[in-house]
Amino acid sequence: MNLRPDPTFHASPKLAMQAPVETLAFTLMLSPDGSQPDGVAVVDVDPSSPTFGQIVHQVIMPNKGDEFHHFGWNACSSSLSPLSGHAFLERRYLIVPGIRSSRIYVIDVKEPRDAKIHKIIEPEEVFAKTGYSRPHTIHCGPEGIYVSTLGGGGEDGTDGPPGIFILDCETFEILGRYEMDRGEQDKHYDFWWNLPRDYMVSSEWGLPPQFENGIVPEDLLSNKYGHKIHFWKLRERRNVQTIDLGANHQMALEIRPAHDPSKDYGFCGVVVDTTNLQGAIFTWWQKPDGTFEAKKTLTIDPRPEAPENLPPLLQGFGAVPPLVTDIDLSLDDKYLYVACWGLGEMHQYDVSDPMAPKLAGKVDLGGIARGTPHPNGKPFAYGPQMVEISRDGKRVYWTNSLYSTWDDQFYPGEGGGQMVMAHVGADGGLELDKDFYVDFPKGYRSHQIRLEGGDCSTDSFCYPSA
Amino acid sequence: MASGVYHGINPGMGWPLAVSAALMDRAPGSLRRALLALAAGHLLAMAVILFPFAALMFIAAWHEEIRIVASCLVIGLGVYLLINRRHPRFLARVPPSRLALWSFLAALAHGAGLMLVPIYLGICASGPPEAGHAAAATLMGRNLVLAAGVAVLHTGAMTLSGGALAVAVHRWFGLRFLSRSWFNLDVVWALSLMLVGAISLLVGH
Repeated sequence: MNLRPDPTFHASPKLAMQAPVETLAFTLMLSPDGSQPDGVAVVDVDPSSPTFGQIVHQVIMPNKGDEFHHFGWNACSSSLSPLSGHAFLERRYLIVPGIRSSRIYVIDVKEPRDAKIHKIIEPEEVFAKTGYSRPHTIHCGPEGIYVSTLGGGGEDGTDGPPGIFILDCETFEILGRYEMDRGEQDKHYDFWWNLPRDYMVSSEWGLPPQFENGIVPEDLLSNKYGHKIHFWKLRERRNVQTIDLGANHQMALEIRPAHDPSKDYGFCGVVVDTTNLQGAIFTWWQKPDGTFEAKKTLTIDPRPEAPENLPPLLQGFGAVPPLVTDIDLSLDDKYLYVACWGLGEMHQYDVSDPMAPKLAGKVDLGGIARGTPHPNGKPFAYGPQMVEISRDGKRVYWTNSLYSTWDDQFYPGEGGGQMVMAHVGADGGLELDKDFYVDFPKGYRSHQIRLEGGDCSTDSFCYPSA
Repeated sequence: MASGVYHGINPGMGWPLAVSAALMDRAPGSLRRALLALAAGHLLAMAVILFPFAALMFIAAWHEEIRIVASCLVIGLGVYLLINRRHPRFLARVPPSRLALWSFLAALAHGAGLMLVPIYLGICASGPPEAGHAAAATLMGRNLVLAAGVAVLHTGAMTLSGGALAVAVHRWFGLRFLSRSWFNLDVVWALSLMLVGAISLLVGH
């Protein structure tokens, strides 16, 4: 407990943008075949430092086969609401779940260059106390730390629907399931919320048998992956509305609400439209009567390609699908970054008008049947994937791996983990930094990035910027 | 009065929620409405705690015992809050649209109402000595009015001080003031409860 609120807690997104810039990043390292334990890499992102762009510390786990994917903080700017009674928590611990093992690590990063494991929650405890498995997205919120899961109970995670559970934000004890009425929600992926407006939005990927051993083409072509988003009364823990984006909109993944809580809209990325291989962005919004609506506001076309250049999975289509696997919104709610993991492109859209995204910048890097190298001449495996934006919106970081088994299907024969950074122009535009290129240790791939002091997909704000 | 100001300026008792409401709706009127809801909840919490004591006070012969029990309760809560620094989690389940309910529960859970009991009993005891010979009904009426007076005065002071801060942050200081001015008063709060209880015990003897 602090005597003052943690200096990295900010009342509004605007104040967070004015805070000192990040000097370190935390990036997950995963061993795709489970031959080495996974880890957290501490990366120097301070351009004035002699170790800029290098991994300066690694926290390596004591177990193998966890498969790290997403992670988050124990506390964030959401603590600045008197409603939660958490104003004096420290932003000190990273909560890192293994989506294959269902084990959860709590990493103490108070001294980032000496970060260490603080607590381990074993899978058996997760199963016993929640009935869920395969923990994924982490958000700190009113009742503690919320953890979304991708699987229900049982060996293959299909015994009952997946959902969200809550961890105590001080002791990291599992408190139990979040949902009181889940409505028709039976799959899970991401979730986020608007705290003053008291709603939560959640999305769907697929059930564990649909992803753990690779993408199941038959399931995809018969539209069996998730395609709905769910709206919840956050504190009542009740699903109040489900919107079906259309069965052809397969895999509705990241949910990105506007950071300014006085705005009543947000975005959701859809990986692939099975009718035409397009990627899509939906904009959802709350209407004056409190109900929600969603509309497709952006599509990204596939690129035709000769079948012999394509992986077996795609040869029948003769095209490279964009595969919108991650999206992230800058803190001023101005730019939406869209990772096209298949094309090998990072797009930047001006979403000042959330109903009409306009392409403002683009970077080519990696990609199926293209493999664009980094400007420093070195290779970039796979395509741009997990993306994170600095609080001030001037730097965009990303890594390249999607998910161990899926990487191998879409990019057979490739390997390696890289993290890169691009600078954002004053009026938009995106340009890779030649000097920032982190090549991960042999055998490791890289996944989600968290920035010191919070970033654009961790903190929820209780006060508007205005 | 002093206790009201003390509760009022503590962000934990709610004034930032009024700022948030005004900014969310882009209407200063929302600030007023939020403050009123917070005040109503707080007032009700005071009343719920004070009135039973007021009713008991008509048993004039037991003044001393009631005072000792009340003081011990307040000291006990202070000790409890000192050992258990965790805020009750059920408060986080109250939606932001129900500020009066939140304010009521928060005031109860943190002992804001209980803190007033020794102060109230002190005021009762300092009344004119002949009151002891008055009819029980009159006495009880006087005590209830006194209790209501204490609750209203306290809540009024709290709302004015908290409201002044909320307006100042909304109009001039800006949101940065919020995190800069927020101090962890948990320990001070627990000690204040113990102090109020102890003074009441000592004065009584």
